[in-house]
Amino acid sequence: MERQVFGVLRWVVIAGFLVATLLPFYYMFMLSVRPIEDLLLNPDSLWVSNFTLDTYREVLAPVDEGGQGFVSMLRNSAIVAVASVLLALAIAIPGAYAIARLPFFGRRYVSVLFLAVYMFPGIVLAIPLFVLLTKLELRGSLAGLILVYISQTVPVAIYTLRNYFTTIPESIEEAGLVDGLTRLQIIRKISLPLALPSIMATGLFVFMIAWNEFLFALLFLADNRDNWTVSIGLATLSGSVEVPTTVLMAGSVVITLPIIVVFFLTERLLTEGLTAGAEKG
Amino acid sequence: MTTVSPAPAAPVTERAKVRTLTQEDARTGLLLISPTLVIVLAIVVVPLLWSVLLAFQEVRLITVGRHSLFSPLTIENFRRVFTSDVLWSSLRTTLIYTAASTALTVLLGLIAALAVRRPFPGRTFVRASMLLPYVAPVVAVTFVWKIMLNPEFGIINEWGQRLFGWDDPIAFLSQRSGELSVFGLEIPVPVGLLTVIAFEGWRYFPFAFLFLLARVSALSADVEEAATVDGATPLQTFRYVILPQLMPVIAVVTVLRTIWTFNEFDDIFLLTGGAAGTQVLSIRVYELLTVQQNVGAAAAQSVFMAGVLLVLISIYFNVMRRRGGEVL
Repeated sequence: MERQVFGVLRWVVIAGFLVATLLPFYYMFMLSVRPIEDLLLNPDSLWVSNFTLDTYREVLAPVDEGGQGFVSMLRNSAIVAVASVLLALAIAIPGAYAIARLPFFGRRYVSVLFLAVYMFPGIVLAIPLFVLLTKLELRGSLAGLILVYISQTVPVAIYTLRNYFTTIPESIEEAGLVDGLTRLQIIRKISLPLALPSIMATGLFVFMIAWNEFLFALLFLADNRDNWTVSIGLATLSGSVEVPTTVLMAGSVVITLPIIVVFFLTERLLTEGLTAGAEKG
Repeated sequence: MTTVSPAPAAPVTERAKVRTLTQEDARTGLLLISPTLVIVLAIVVVPLLWSVLLAFQEVRLITVGRHSLFSPLTIENFRRVFTSDVLWSSLRTTLIYTAASTALTVLLGLIAALAVRRPFPGRTFVRASMLLPYVAPVVAVTFVWKIMLNPEFGIINEWGQRLFGWDDPIAFLSQRSGELSVFGLEIPVPVGLLTVIAFEGWRYFPFAFLFLLARVSALSADVEEAATVDGATPLQTFRYVILPQLMPVIAVVTVLRTIWTFNEFDDIFLLTGGAAGTQVLSIRVYELLTVQQNVGAAAAQSVFMAGVLLVLISIYFNVMRRRGGEVL
């Protein structure tokens, strides 16, 4: 009896979770293809009766053509996110390998230090970085933002990559040593190809963090509209009353879509790459 | 032919070779870790120490470009922070928000993980969909929530009025406290705070779900089958067989979520801007920095915030150590 109740309850719970997680995204899409007058007339409708793509045209067009300039924001976000991924990986891969394999002085403390870094409130870091970037005249530039994103993502990247490197059997690398390869050659020819899935997963994770980040973009880029990323752009425009809600919904779809595409293409890779080691409890 | 003579020599040369190899590895290790160390020291550790210094100096936003590291020290910023009448109320809001959001997140994640535990058609799609709130840009999802909860044309209020017979639209995000009447009793409800907590539950349950699902899928079926054979009901199996095995993961997820929720800024800032009884400590830091333009006071407030976090973490470590359990 109880078993049957749970059998039914399980499907109810799954359906409930699906509605709760997907409804806001459906609502986002639905509002983005309706004219604003239609929304104000029928606010309770869940169907599109009056389909339009003008909202997308307006949100994407450059500011001097009467649009909201999302194309240039998308470009800025893409530059920042891709640069953060490449640089964070370039820094984290050697670091993670060293922590996983090489017995250097202070190795045990380094991982603790990186974890501790990740526990501190972002806003505590934001104030001195604000002062620092102002002094270096990097505030308002994308380079300054990239620098901050690298520092925020390298510790996580090291953590996930290190877990993966430790699962590669040491005997494979020793075989390379016996064949006369140097340590760096072993990393390049043996360990890196084997760790490729984890490297991809970590790179995607960094991409998502950089693409979605809001606080630092808000503090550092607010004054410089040319360099706005999508987060700060959408947040600022949604605070003004002049831009119609449906146009901003089109903007939301445009900035969410790349993340969803990346995510669905790589979901398995990502979830397995990031929770590797969690099964051991 | 040379059966005897090389034998004693071999271990010596091998040991010497191993030692140099280890030393070389150590040198390579330091070389490989140094870019990471440099960037973490320069962009994280030094700024953290610097913010402590800033907290003891008078710095204004306008003059920040000319600020000198060696300007005179003062405790004026801390005096300001501690005499402010909003400090303790925002600390209280932060703690309530952190505890309630974390509990909700872990609970929802646990329920979801148990529900999709066994294979069924479409499981991959369901699992991926449940992770969406966590991976989507925070700016976009907070915007959608704001519009859904909008009192004028938001769908929640429209449907609430039509289906559940609400008298008036509810201003979920701009109302500090509302009255809920139950059997003639008027109960005050912190509407704004509850709404941001609900948002946290929605956005971050996937994190708990992900880790719990990984663990729950790896559980061995034998013990559960044995329990079923012995006549245990599903609830008893969960309580005495599954839950104990999940406790380590639940503990880790709870600790991480507590820390991150305590530090949370984006979600509340984007949903309510800190109004309607949702002014947590991080919002307060931001206001001191940008509205009052007082960099020193903002730094002092942020140092206070980090201090509270450190106290919470050390309490946790002490409790765990006294229990004799593993720390993380």
